[in-house]
Amino acid sequence: MGITAEQALFWIFAIPLMASAAGVIMARNPVYAAMSLVSAFFWLAGIYVLLTAHLLAFVQIIVYAGAIMVLFLFVVMLLSLTDAELGLEKMTALKVVGIVGTAGLLSLIVTALVQSGPRAMKAVGEDFGTVRAVGKILFTQYLLPFEATSVLLLVAIVGAVVVAKEKI
Amino acid sequence: MVPVTNYLALAAFLFAIGFVGVLVKKNAIIVFMCIELMLNAANLTFLAFARQQGSMSGHAIAFFVIAVAAAEAAVGLAIVIAVYRTRGTVSVDEVEVLRDS
Repeated sequence: MGITAEQALFWIFAIPLMASAAGVIMARNPVYAAMSLVSAFFWLAGIYVLLTAHLLAFVQIIVYAGAIMVLFLFVVMLLSLTDAELGLEKMTALKVVGIVGTAGLLSLIVTALVQSGPRAMKAVGEDFGTVRAVGKILFTQYLLPFEATSVLLLVAIVGAVVVAKEKI
Repeated sequence: MVPVTNYLALAAFLFAIGFVGVLVKKNAIIVFMCIELMLNAANLTFLAFARQQGSMSGHAIAFFVIAVAAAEAAVGLAIVIAVYRTRGTVSVDEVEVLRDS
């Protein structure tokens, strides 16, 4: 049983993805956490390509790694917190319970997944996940949610300005 | 062929990392980053099932999740700035005016 190219690529993307995700919560400095998160988004985009979600992979890089992370870095640098302001992470008993509980939840989900057995992927056509196909489904079946998203983004912009501005 | 189980387990791992971050981290900005990580885990699950079922509805949902994440980041970071301006801290442990004493 050899390793196929797809399996090799999965692990090539998955292992750095898990490492960078762990880096987000290991980093003490928010700038390092943000850079870790950017790298995690790039590896995740690779996983999306493996899932033949090409449009979503590009949206992931442009919107997440581009727009959202720039916003995060702006705020991190705007506040430019010193080490004293960041303070030390205190490990309270409640936090330890939270970590142990999350580890239990993760092992529960993974066990359930393994026991349900491997499910093969269905064969998909040539245009699965392309801009044309996803655009078509967005503008037909999901037209109302798509338009509602534009209202949501408008409300978010206005809300962000109102909340962050000192005086209106 | 990579089975869908691998992708789902990877998504569960990402979600767990994000959840631990939300529980443990003090800095509100890093807590927001961990929420983004959890949203990404949900997206990965949607796309994995979309690929397995051969249906593209999951792609549309993932698209909306990304839009909602962008809105959430904008409003959330505005709140962080407002809290920093009024209280001089972004530590989630120290912002406790609404806590029941």
